Amino acid sequence: MLSGSLQNRMGMMDSKHEVVNRLKQDLLRWQGVTAVESHAERIGLGPVEDAFPGGVFPVCGVHEFIGRCREESAATSGFISGLLSRLTRNGAACLWISTARALFPPALATFGTAPDRVVFVDVARERDVLWATEEALKCAGLVAVVAELQEMDFAQSRRLQLAVEKSRVTGLVLRSNPRFVGSTACAARWHIRPLPSVLDDGLPGVGFPRWEVELLKVRNGNPGSWQMEWAQGGFVPAMPATRAARKPLRLRKVS
Amino acid sequence: MERRFASIWFPCLATDRHAIRDPALRTVPFALATPVHGRMVITEANAVAQAQGISSGMVVADAKACLPGLEVADDRPQLAARLLKVLGLWCIRYTPIVAVDPPDGLLLDISGCAHLWGGETPYLEACATGLRKRGFQVRMAIAGTVGAAWAVARFGRATPIVPQGGEAEALQPLPPAALRLEPGVADRLYRLGLRTVGSFMRMPPSALRRRFGEPLPLRLRQALGHDDESLVPLRPTPPYEERLPCLEPIRTAAGIEVAIGRLLEPLCKRLCGEGKGLRTANLKCHRVDGRSVQVGIATSRATASVPHLMKLFALKVPHIEPALGIELFVLEAPKVEDADPVQEALWDGAPGLEGAELAELIDRLKGRAGTRAVYRFLPDEHHWPERSYREAVSIDEKPAASWKGDRPRPTRLLAKPEPIEVSAPIPDYPPLHFRHRGEAHVIKKADGPERIEREWWMDPGEHRDYYQVEDDRGRRYWLYRSGHYGDDSARQWFLHGFFA
Repeated sequence: MLSGSLQNRMGMMDSKHEVVNRLKQDLLRWQGVTAVESHAERIGLGPVEDAFPGGVFPVCGVHEFIGRCREESAATSGFISGLLSRLTRNGAACLWISTARALFPPALATFGTAPDRVVFVDVARERDVLWATEEALKCAGLVAVVAELQEMDFAQSRRLQLAVEKSRVTGLVLRSNPRFVGSTACAARWHIRPLPSVLDDGLPGVGFPRWEVELLKVRNGNPGSWQMEWAQGGFVPAMPATRAARKPLRLRKVS
Repeated sequence: MERRFASIWFPCLATDRHAIRDPALRTVPFALATPVHGRMVITEANAVAQAQGISSGMVVADAKACLPGLEVADDRPQLAARLLKVLGLWCIRYTPIVAVDPPDGLLLDISGCAHLWGGETPYLEACATGLRKRGFQVRMAIAGTVGAAWAVARFGRATPIVPQGGEAEALQPLPPAALRLEPGVADRLYRLGLRTVGSFMRMPPSALRRRFGEPLPLRLRQALGHDDESLVPLRPTPPYEERLPCLEPIRTAAGIEVAIGRLLEPLCKRLCGEGKGLRTANLKCHRVDGRSVQVGIATSRATASVPHLMKLFALKVPHIEPALGIELFVLEAPKVEDADPVQEALWDGAPGLEGAELAELIDRLKGRAGTRAVYRFLPDEHHWPERSYREAVSIDEKPAASWKGDRPRPTRLLAKPEPIEVSAPIPDYPPLHFRHRGEAHVIKKADGPERIEREWWMDPGEHRDYYQVEDDRGRRYWLYRSGHYGDDSARQWFLHGFFA
């Protein structure tokens, strides 16, 4: 009798769990989030990628990058170049849209992207950037579109996100010195800050580029903050300069 | 019906063409030359030069020795052929059948045409005057056979019009070369004392054939009208143009779009059938008030796709001002090229730069933002940072060199380097700290100097010693010192870029 009611309750809990799960899935579907395919590849962001739903960088989504000063924009450009090198692995083309291009094209090569595979678009006004970005995001002949914008409101970001969901092009919006950062319909909001590079003891010079990668918002994921480095042609989780590494080698006396 | 032919001879076709461009060449001895076996040989001389003894086939050095004032230009091959074709198409106004007669003539079948000009004499005058007005020297003749017209145009001394049946009489005093013979045969006839056509015209054809080969009796028969000769007429390509007259004037954007769609369909169908695609298209809208407005589009590769062209025109529709209404639309494609056959992809490959979708996107972007708005970069062989890359000519141009990644380069470069105040130990140590826009940066790590010399053959100025520096907050900069330390060392340091 007792065991019977327990079983019954367990069954009810099971079914409740299932119902909740199913409702969650439905909500996701209504929100326009497609289920992560099992064959989707990780793009090599290491621990950052675990923050996204399914543990995979959402390729068909608009990513918003905030750069509060020129140094941060430069760091973000480097990070975006690194992402592009992963996205354009199979010889694909991408677009870089801006009003006044400050990007130094040869630097893309440092982050593994062939600069000749990037088509640059220079337009006069921010409105034209939005128009060009939306047109480009609808074009299935591209893998990624980078847009340099200052302001973007919810309606505009929603238009971009809707375009992306059809064509599966990755949208990367770099917002330099935004006056107002409101809510947007983007898949993620990033903030990348440069960090002091770390060199092995005693070596002169400047080390690999190192950033604090902060995910301020992730749709259906977990925001967080990580330290990353670009080394040996890929993103590497940065190891803080450990005391062990600094410790001089202790020679054992041989008697 | 009796057949009549006209032959037009341009004695100085290519030199006349040069003289049209540069009228000063008309009055000076001028010749065109081309390299033959390592020597420059004259291919054509103008009338002034010919009068002073310069002829085609002379070596330029010899000609200049005779006539030091001789102007010589390079002869472009195919120039004469292209000119003849253009002139031939122009002559279609005088007769529907015009044939090119290389190397320097045209042949017109004028049967039944001359009466429209009031007879053969006014016809000949009208045609020759028209060509002379365009700047070409011409000799023209009309006869009942192609051969006779050809001979009289080049060698005739009496009237240029040979009456029907008078060919034999007209040919008699002319030299054998007038029969369109190969130079060797004409020479042999001349050396044998047969100096006029009349001297061998009545000889038995078998004897002529045995001595001089088959062409001589054939040409003779053709010139006398015993054998038929056919012309290969020039066919003008009809222009790629579509017209749409409207019963009611069109005033709305939707109406204009419908009209464009109607015009594009037949044009693209014709282009597809001919395996061609258009590169530029113009839409002329003639309005009720007598004015016309025009919009144009351009594509980056030849295309005949209606939806794509429709999208490009849709961007231009807001610029069309219909005013009281548009009553006639004319769509023309001035620039048409052979289109690459579109191959259906067997599987979806990587979307690269060659994709048709990307080309269509770029056309749309260029249509709205201007043709200078879209560009690509290729590496250039310069160390100077601003010149280390160049714009690609086309969307799928391949890089000739590889991108260099051996030196640190900033992700963002300032278009104009900004001056900074630094304190740096001499002679060439990196700065200890610098001040930029009122903010002090303490430098913790630095790399350099990397000296980049200015390319003195391109622009004068000082070299730059670049340093990659990192401040206490981890921000990385690209600084440089312009030139060696000098008197004005305070103004020598600049910030040029930001590293990632």
